[in-house]
Amino acid sequence: MTEVDVLVIGGGPAGLAAAVAAREAGCGNVLVLERDDRLGGILQQCIHTGFGLHVFKEELTGPEYAQRFIDRVRALRIPVQCGTMVMDITRDRIVTAVSPAHGLQRFRAKAIVLAMGCRERTRGALMIPGWRPAGVYTAGTAQRFVNMEGWMPGRRVVILGSGDIGLIMARRMTFEGAQVLACVELMPYSSGLTRNVVQCLDDFNIPLMLSHTVTEIHGRERVEGVTVAQVDARRKPIPGTEKRFACDTLLLSVGLIPENELSKAAGVELAQATSGPVVDESLQTGVPGIFACGNVLHVHDLVDFVTIEAESAGRRAAEYARTFNVQRSTLNAEVGAVLRVFDGAGVRGLVPQSICAGRLKDDVPLMFRPAAVFRDAAVVVRIDDAEISRRKHRILTPGEMVRVLVSKDDLRRHAQGRELTVEVEA
Amino acid sequence: MTQDFSDVLVIGAGVVGCAVAREVSRDALRVCVLEQAGDVAEGSTKANSAIVHAGYDAAPGSAKARFNVRGNALFEAWCRELDVPFVRNTSLVAAFGDRDLAALEALRLRGERNGVPGLRVLTRDEVRALEPNINRAVVGALLAPSGGICCPYGLTFRLAEHAAANGATFFFERRVVDVARAADGLWHVTTADGGVFRARAVVNAAGLYADELNNRVSAQKLSITPRRGEYLMIDKQYAGTFRATIFQVPTPLGKGVLVSPTVDGTLIVGPTAEDIGDKSDTRTTADGLRKVIESAARVWEQVPAGGVIATFSGLRAHGDRDDFVVGEAPDAPFFFNAAAMESPGLTAAPAVAVWLAEQIGRALDAQRATHYVQHTATWKPFREMTDAQRIAAIADDPSYGRIVCRCENVTEAEIRAAIRCRIGARTLDGVKRRTRAGMGRCQGGFCTPRIIAILCEELGLTPEQITKFGGGSSLLVTTPGARPATLGLSPERCESCVERREVCHD
Repeated sequence: MTEVDVLVIGGGPAGLAAAVAAREAGCGNVLVLERDDRLGGILQQCIHTGFGLHVFKEELTGPEYAQRFIDRVRALRIPVQCGTMVMDITRDRIVTAVSPAHGLQRFRAKAIVLAMGCRERTRGALMIPGWRPAGVYTAGTAQRFVNMEGWMPGRRVVILGSGDIGLIMARRMTFEGAQVLACVELMPYSSGLTRNVVQCLDDFNIPLMLSHTVTEIHGRERVEGVTVAQVDARRKPIPGTEKRFACDTLLLSVGLIPENELSKAAGVELAQATSGPVVDESLQTGVPGIFACGNVLHVHDLVDFVTIEAESAGRRAAEYARTFNVQRSTLNAEVGAVLRVFDGAGVRGLVPQSICAGRLKDDVPLMFRPAAVFRDAAVVVRIDDAEISRRKHRILTPGEMVRVLVSKDDLRRHAQGRELTVEVEA
Repeated sequence: MTQDFSDVLVIGAGVVGCAVAREVSRDALRVCVLEQAGDVAEGSTKANSAIVHAGYDAAPGSAKARFNVRGNALFEAWCRELDVPFVRNTSLVAAFGDRDLAALEALRLRGERNGVPGLRVLTRDEVRALEPNINRAVVGALLAPSGGICCPYGLTFRLAEHAAANGATFFFERRVVDVARAADGLWHVTTADGGVFRARAVVNAAGLYADELNNRVSAQKLSITPRRGEYLMIDKQYAGTFRATIFQVPTPLGKGVLVSPTVDGTLIVGPTAEDIGDKSDTRTTADGLRKVIESAARVWEQVPAGGVIATFSGLRAHGDRDDFVVGEAPDAPFFFNAAAMESPGLTAAPAVAVWLAEQIGRALDAQRATHYVQHTATWKPFREMTDAQRIAAIADDPSYGRIVCRCENVTEAEIRAAIRCRIGARTLDGVKRRTRAGMGRCQGGFCTPRIIAILCEELGLTPEQITKFGGGSSLLVTTPGARPATLGLSPERCESCVERREVCHD
């Protein structure tokens, strides 16, 4: 059994930033476990630009962004174990992992940072009818084929779903000589960032078919086509609107799911709206000493905010490890009242789900997704009946996460409050 | 072009064909197996409910009844010998009204006449105590303690492996187009690629196509209708929702939609029953999948839509005699049918194989093989190992420490073993069904690139040559860079040439 102060599970953007922050906060015994053979996570296959605008005020590619953190991990001499798959986490923070180099290992951690990222929703989850030929891939798998392996998944492509990876892959496949026939989106709005719709579809004359879906996959061995139909307000295909596209590939960009199987094994409670752990403002889950950040907590649009979130989790984990031997009851006594955070009208998936105003050190970022598209709407934060902040937005869409910073002074002023609500006022 | 001589030529490498091949290979006979697909278990075997039926369904006196009950009794020992999972999780036939209760009693009586052990009609409370998550509308159920679950393709791989260890030779991608008795007194079996296989005895285990083979040699015609069944697989996070396989009181079209745990920890829901015209049409349909969910609701009120990890359909070989057709064709000596093996064909397979092997052995006056291999080794799945076993396995072979499939915890060592075994995987699906890599909740999203790379290494192929399941199911297309230089750039290619690309990037 190896003793670790802060054990970070996952060496993607969240894990790396958390590890660096924990070390910089003074924790001398940090360890990162990464299942892949290299650090950087999904950033390594995101060779397009657009990363780092907030954190570095520069436009970097995914690998460049990852490398900045890999370099810092190396400079800080933070130990990293790649090729290491965590098999189990217990409630009392015993972590079991396997790797070719070290076999089966056990770690006892004072604090754990969950940073396992997310996975893509699949054809099976959507129950798309038809044949089951080769040529149906999630956009991320296709991205790995093209950008990491140098393999081409197909030549004539239809994309279902307008998530960011799908949009990016529309452009990427076009660059590689494929013809992207359409991007088909079930909802009446894109689920990706507006800038990606413009730069990856509009700029290449790839039609975005809103309120449409794929109703059948054709081709016994390899995809030969898909049927696309318009959907009604209840998202059911409208008979008579079917149109067949001849294609050899269907890429799916229909949602990301935080990978919380390990969290569940550790007894961490998950929130329905985010599929990620329920956390407080320190990003601590319901299990003491287990923190979460990045896409395992809730699916982000921008890696910059993953970094900011993960740095916070890393600092808090380091602090937890440092005060590990202090009586927990003493610490809890300092905490004071707990403010519950609630999704108000037009708001979905607020993180964190609770705030302990008594122990605040910093302002608290609240993140959520609008439940629908709103124009000229205001995001209003209230504690009980008192309005704390109000900010106007020209447009709010589910594809773009909203981040509201609530000042620690406001929170302290309402330390005896019970409920914090965020609402979109149309 | 006469290619091969065998004493016994089995046509079809599904569970029945492979079980027969395994049983006849106990004798000193040269055994060959012809399969039209690129792997074993590619037809009905890979897409069914994976249930080992107790045997109360079939009409007393039928071949179905006889082989079902015997097959059920053999299943446990067979699975143990072959190191494949089998769980006697019991079956329930749930009743939801007075008429259903009367039907249960009839089923119980029929089951007893068939020799099914331990049948008992349970009260509502007894059912609820056994299955707390069953729909509260349940009024009673027939309990069949001998009902079980297995892995049909896992069983078939191991049957083929064992048969191969005892000398059986497998030929894949050999579609049989003709069977005829030749002047030399042997059966001449012609394949689509022009091959002719000569054999003393032929076993017709051709699944959906068994009628066509039978009708070439026998005046006693058979007709097989493909009966399609659509299914949903539910993620293992719902494991434990039901313990038993739960049927509904049967209808004239089949046993109705069942809800059952699988030996892999997932849950299976289905099938529909739809007679179709095309023997290869394994499409799923929006209607069919909706029917599965609606029909299952009688048992499982809210099939969790978010828990569906895969949908598929399979075809049952429904014969016009409404029974299995097993045995030597009366007017075609040395031509043995194992035809119309619809449900409970999987359950019956061991019993059918044992019985047919006896018949064939007698007909060919065969002796027992002198060097019979009792047991063939297989790898132990990493996900089933204890920690101590994992430590030992990785110490012995570090690639046991490299998890390739994260969802099912399948290691590189297992994938390589699945390719290297006698009847080894050649395709992505072949690896998937032998190891479960890619069968979990991410459906291969993360592991597919790794498995393609391992297949390439092991088989000496390029990535573009790797298929999902053989034939034209290529996973990738040839990259422009891999084209011969002499081809040059076509005008089409210029649209995405390097210069343009640079411009587009900004």
